[in-house]
Amino acid sequence: MKKVLESSVTKKIISLSLTFVIVQILIYVNIINSYLQATLATICINIILAVSLNLITGFTGQFSLGHAGFMSIGAYVCAIITMRMSTIQGFILGVLLGAIAAAIVGFLVGLPTLRLQGDYLAIATLGMSEIIRVIFLNMKITNGAAGLSPIPQFVNWPWLFVFTAGTVLLISNFLKSSHGRACISIREDEIAAEAMGINATKYKVIAFTVGAFCAGIAGAVYASYFYFIKPDLFGFLKSIDVLVIVVLGGLGSISGSILAAILLSLISTYLQSFAELRMVLYALILIIIMIFRPQGLMGSKEISLSMFNNLGNRLTFKKGRT
Amino acid sequence: MEQFLQQIINGISLGSIYALIALGYTMVYGIIKLINFAHGDIYMVGAYVGYFCMTFLKLGFLPSLLIAMVFCTLLGVTVEKIAYKPLRDSTRIAVLITAIGASLFIEYGTMFFVKAGVRSYPDMTGLLVKQFRFGDIVLTMQQIIIVITTVLLMILLQFIVKKTKIGKAMRAVSMDKDAARLMGINVDSTISFTFAIGSALAGAAGVLVGIYYNSINPLMGIMPGLKAFVAAVFGGIGIIPGAMIGGYIIGTIEVLVSGYGNSMYRDAVVFAILILILIVRPAGLLGKNTREKV
Repeated sequence: MKKVLESSVTKKIISLSLTFVIVQILIYVNIINSYLQATLATICINIILAVSLNLITGFTGQFSLGHAGFMSIGAYVCAIITMRMSTIQGFILGVLLGAIAAAIVGFLVGLPTLRLQGDYLAIATLGMSEIIRVIFLNMKITNGAAGLSPIPQFVNWPWLFVFTAGTVLLISNFLKSSHGRACISIREDEIAAEAMGINATKYKVIAFTVGAFCAGIAGAVYASYFYFIKPDLFGFLKSIDVLVIVVLGGLGSISGSILAAILLSLISTYLQSFAELRMVLYALILIIIMIFRPQGLMGSKEISLSMFNNLGNRLTFKKGRT
Repeated sequence: MEQFLQQIINGISLGSIYALIALGYTMVYGIIKLINFAHGDIYMVGAYVGYFCMTFLKLGFLPSLLIAMVFCTLLGVTVEKIAYKPLRDSTRIAVLITAIGASLFIEYGTMFFVKAGVRSYPDMTGLLVKQFRFGDIVLTMQQIIIVITTVLLMILLQFIVKKTKIGKAMRAVSMDKDAARLMGINVDSTISFTFAIGSALAGAAGVLVGIYYNSINPLMGIMPGLKAFVAAVFGGIGIIPGAMIGGYIIGTIEVLVSGYGNSMYRDAVVFAILILILIVRPAGLLGKNTREKV
């Protein structure tokens, strides 16, 4: 029994369900009112986006500026499906198809462009997301620049939690697998990794596709929660928003991305009415972090439960000695 | 046919502006391998300086152009000193992110001071509004001025790069930074000088766009900046004549797409060209393929 309690899986389940229950109670007693719930949704969506971009940029080392493009695919597919099939099944189908569509586009775009190095890839992915935006702007089914509304709202806290925790678990488990290790080795040194027999292009495309899939989920959740989408929401600046979160949290740290997503979502909610100031602040964060702490808040470290355990052990150990 | 010629004329005018911006991208990339995202915003600042000179100081076209160029030079060098110089030895991804930060800072800093709204250049008078008609083809004085200014600046640039001592230093640094340093070249000041020249050209492009399209706003630099980068990649990044040719070609293609196709798709077409080039010939039109060394 003790063994079961101490295994990391059980601990994960306990801490996750605790988070869920606490927030659920806070919503129930109305401490988290409907305004704060919107912030909560933003936080969750940003966590999904940041963690998935971190997989591409932080762990695999491929600089992508096209995350908003994948997000918009998920959002539009989910919106179009749920507007025609306004049931919970329709919503699940929409999220799934949206994510798959984003993954397919990510695969098709990634295959040729991931052969490019660093900054060329950044521009190519940026161009890709602009092309996607222009296509949505001109299609009939997406209603052009006016966008789609009202999209039936299905997403509530349990759904948000399922998708966010699901994405984080998916990506952190992926990184612990041999595929994930291969991705990290590509970041460290692509040529050395290839010399060790790792097919760099293959793993880059895998990371890119998984990242796009999760961005698609984020987009679908966004569409279903905020019930209004238009192409301009998914422009260059949205990609930058996600990038700022990843960089601030630390390229290569999932818990860093989560922390930064919470922090920046709260800041931007408070600075909502000073849009220019918010962007100036973002710009300063980017520059200052790159100059003084290029590894971000967390570097490539992770916050884990064992860290607290170690801390506790050390404290009790000291007490025992004195 | 006449419509086609008209489109070509418009394309060359727009292409001149892209070429001027692309030169800055290509020189900076050639020397420190950085996509200077803030470059498009320096062009925007140039447009605003020109606007203030013409509207509030009531200056003519030429003095405004010169003031904008000087101001942008200072701005470009300041950005380089504050944001890029401390990162000379860090990873390329870090510098790229800083460049994005600098770009956002200039955009929204400007927006904070001048507000987000669109402003229009004062009405042009005298020589600037002259039009020449050849049948159905209209050639405006503004277009002539844009092309002439661009060509003059390009000749000046070629002269600086090819004939002067600092130009030689620039070429040396772009070939091999360490070897250049060993030869007694001050690498830091050469890099600053490159930023200065590039920014001056971007400032000139800003004023030219102001008199041509008449309306400016704080976010106007993003798209032309990206397209100018596409132009630089098209011609072969790091190669000065390549940027000029690329600028003219991208400008003409864009005008033709909006003239004959759907103007909504013109941005998409430019980026599609970029992705195609990167896949088919990453070194660009005039570039040479270099092999990767371990």
